[in-house]
Amino acid sequence: MTNTYNDALYQYVLGLADDALILGQRTSEWCSRGPFLEEDISLSNLALDYIGRARMFYQYAAQVEGLGRNEDDLAYFRDERAFSNLLINELPNYDFAFSIVRQYFIDVHACLYLEQLKRSSDVHLAQVAEKAIKESRYHLKRSETWVLQLGQGTSESHERMQNAIDELWGYTGEMFLMSEVETQLLTSGVCVDRSALQVSWSAQVSRHLSVSTLAVPEQQWNVAGGRKGEHSEHLGHILAELQIVQRSYPGLQW
Amino acid sequence: MKNNNDLYEVFLRSIRGIDHRHVGSLHADTPEQALIYARDVYTRRSEGVSIWVVKSNQISASQEEDCESFYDPMDDKPYRHASFYVLPEKVNNM
Repeated sequence: MTNTYNDALYQYVLGLADDALILGQRTSEWCSRGPFLEEDISLSNLALDYIGRARMFYQYAAQVEGLGRNEDDLAYFRDERAFSNLLINELPNYDFAFSIVRQYFIDVHACLYLEQLKRSSDVHLAQVAEKAIKESRYHLKRSETWVLQLGQGTSESHERMQNAIDELWGYTGEMFLMSEVETQLLTSGVCVDRSALQVSWSAQVSRHLSVSTLAVPEQQWNVAGGRKGEHSEHLGHILAELQIVQRSYPGLQW
Repeated sequence: MKNNNDLYEVFLRSIRGIDHRHVGSLHADTPEQALIYARDVYTRRSEGVSIWVVKSNQISASQEEDCESFYDPMDDKPYRHASFYVLPEKVNNM
């Protein structure tokens, strides 16, 4: 059974919102734990960019849904299985190298993705993309610099970076998988054909890893399921922390 | 890799046409990274349209003990100020 256009659009936008919220929340965990003051502030800015992006997508999703729910309802009152973020966003930070590599993979993808979304036939989505791509271009500059620096750095920084790359590699495939609703919306030019971005992404990432003396993994395994609500054990924990205040005191404002 | 030991001085131009002003300093490994941090630390409330970063140790500064020899000699040279000169009456505004 296919969804109505409206249902499909709602689910599509919700997926983009969940991606941004979960990564923003994850990144915010670095606040006050950054390796040094300047990087701490920089990471917190990054987290806030993603929370801001999540809000834009949730507000639009709520509007498309048209059931009177608002952005907070969508962020705080849905359960784990209803979240449709890609798995790469929910993985714990582990160490600084892991967060940097994750961010780098996502930044390269985001720049390619948003460039296409800017041309969406949906004016609202095109506007969000216009705003978000400026942030992502900056994020990419940041993460690219770090990948180079830590890759070419000490033997320990190099090892940690390579471990992070090997661990994360299997989660990157999901960034290029078309969901059912995306396939459905593609014909109307609303959404982006993410499967078409993989070649550029791989080329760009391989080039930069190579300059950074880091290796592209040869492993072939891939994990997916986030878009269908099939998550790792980490999402429940992050949602607990994210949602507890609103769940305990619904409607609370501060 | 160094350990973000380098101190950089940050200069911001707040609006076009205005000079860059010193706003503070920060630690970074490379000039590129210093620019990134300057952006995040000093322009998050739209304070600037252009950033300069300069390694602190590249700045030569006058010292406190130089004050006497540097500045005192200027105190008795009022003729270096425009106000020292009496203008001809025909000059109204200057």
